[in-house]
Amino acid sequence: MSGGRAAPAQHTSTCEDGPVSHWDQLGPCSLPVPVAHPEPGNLAGVRHILLVLSGKGGVGKSTISTELALALRHAGKKVGILDVDLCGPSIPRMLRAQGRAVHQCDSGWVPVFVDQEQSISLMSVGFLLESPDEAVVWRGPKKNALIKQFVSDVAWGQLDYLVVDTPPGTSDEHMAAVEALRPYGPLGALVVTTPQAVSVGDVRRELTFCRKTGLQVVGIVENMSGFVCPHCTECTNVFSRGGGAELARLTGVPFLGSVPLDPELTRSLEEGRDFIRDFPQSPAFPALSSIAQKVLSEAPARLS
Amino acid sequence: MEEVPQGCPGTGSAQAGRGASCQGCPNQRLCASGAGAAPDPAIEEIKEKMKTVKHKILVLSGKGGVGKSTFSAHLAHGLAEDENTQVALLDIDICGPSIPKIMGLEGEQACALGHVFRTDTVWACSTVLSPPVYLSASIDWATLLDSGTQFVEDNLGVMSVGFLLSSPDDAVIWRGPKKNGMIKQFLRDVDWGELDYLIVDTPPGTSDEHLSAVQYLSAARLDGAVIITTPQEVSLQDVRKEINFCHKVKVPIIGVVENMSVFVCPKCKKESQIFPPTTGGAEVMCQDLKIPLLGKVPLDPHIGKSCDKGQSFLTDAPASAAALAYRSIIQRIQEFCGHHQPKEEHLVGS
Repeated sequence: MSGGRAAPAQHTSTCEDGPVSHWDQLGPCSLPVPVAHPEPGNLAGVRHILLVLSGKGGVGKSTISTELALALRHAGKKVGILDVDLCGPSIPRMLRAQGRAVHQCDSGWVPVFVDQEQSISLMSVGFLLESPDEAVVWRGPKKNALIKQFVSDVAWGQLDYLVVDTPPGTSDEHMAAVEALRPYGPLGALVVTTPQAVSVGDVRRELTFCRKTGLQVVGIVENMSGFVCPHCTECTNVFSRGGGAELARLTGVPFLGSVPLDPELTRSLEEGRDFIRDFPQSPAFPALSSIAQKVLSEAPARLS
Repeated sequence: MEEVPQGCPGTGSAQAGRGASCQGCPNQRLCASGAGAAPDPAIEEIKEKMKTVKHKILVLSGKGGVGKSTFSAHLAHGLAEDENTQVALLDIDICGPSIPKIMGLEGEQACALGHVFRTDTVWACSTVLSPPVYLSASIDWATLLDSGTQFVEDNLGVMSVGFLLSSPDDAVIWRGPKKNGMIKQFLRDVDWGELDYLIVDTPPGTSDEHLSAVQYLSAARLDGAVIITTPQEVSLQDVRKEINFCHKVKVPIIGVVENMSVFVCPKCKKESQIFPPTTGGAEVMCQDLKIPLLGKVPLDPHIGKSCDKGQSFLTDAPASAAALAYRSIIQRIQEFCGHHQPKEEHLVGS
């Protein structure tokens, strides 16, 4: 692969000033230059594609995407993470990859490797921003175009799993990701909720989206499932209880497990640490490992 | 499938519809007609409509799940406790409308008015090529919207796309242009009446819904935005983007609310930080960016329970630390609205 400093230095503008389009061009105005000869098979070496979805925001999609990738890596798998949350790209920070540059090669962009062994690679709009506080204020069509580029123009190489982290909702990003990924094989979905009814209400709609778009739901994960007070060990259901399991039962989707609230997990994500490696004694570890194990055992069959 | 061609000159450009890259674009005719370059007439129409609304507040966050809808609902409840204050809450989270549930209005539906909003129609619409503003022809919006907001109490009305969904599994799978059209309809065609406060609850992010809300309210004197966050950096990094968005679109920032600040164990009463403020929390961010911190709300399990039941936490647990924090924040917002008469700023689009 030939190296070379890539796209971010060579943006061309695809919009011009005008009274209406002013509203559509706030923030990074331009899309990266598309690769001249995109490799048609950039996802040909990816064995399983798994989208992490939720109708609801803030339930832990990026957390689960990151921890799943780390756990799969520890199980000896090669994992790619595609972060299609263009407005709130959280994954670079969670893997201590903020500020890294994106390079080009003959087949397209090289995803950023977050570890020495190159077993986890990542692509996120976060790498294309000039500053971390820069807002991506784009309407749907531009978001769709970038997501398509992330799918077709990134040289993912040989991967056991491509984990696709999504923003909340059932809109442009989700449709663009599904449409762009569909040609590469059956698409799996991991749906994340918290226990409360307000979350479950949105997640039911996400399951409808999965049904309508032909995503194979591998299972439901319930996050933020109770907090064990470190002072007295009393468990409090901070965000109600039971919603995830009930939703799984109602919809006939496998329930993969409940992950408790764990400040050590939150802290690891803040600092970009490998929680799975560094905190096996922490409350969230057993649930996260179990979920990864279930993905390893169930996903291949469901996605074949 | 909607595609913006590479090299799209922009809908407002002189080359719109005429450039080489416009060939084959589904919007080519519309752009060539010059329609894309004119300001949307709805902006003026909404300005007129909003003349009977004294204060308009946006509730924003870059980050999902920090408690925007929870806060919006309780801001509405708090303001409406004075029966002489007319309040309305508009939920523009089209894909994840939480407000009906939180306000105890789940089950109030368009089908009660003789319209059924079918999931398959929604899905079919989203795969059809559409011009920038597209409205589903199968919904009789006029009749629906004529009926006005759903009333929680006599002086507190609510509008949400959630009222149009006939089943809890119905998904609104819409691309940006359709969401844009919906928001325009909500602002222009709902009979808001005389209001002291219109609170607009938004989804997370800085995208279509936010641009549309700000664009359509641009001539109508938005008082400002309340920005919600939680203490950890993963939230703050998204919230800083939202603050930048507000600066770019010239929306004043009333202040920041830090939610889920600290957890007090109901058994031993000791405090824990479930979402640790590894970079100093909202307090440091607000100091750095010179923005008011309106208050910090502790993480109280009763808040979630009240929301799930559709009840006001302020009446369920009025003496709790969280309720007191909410009330103090609401008072500061009222003071801001009372003291600040936003200048008639000439914003883009008029």
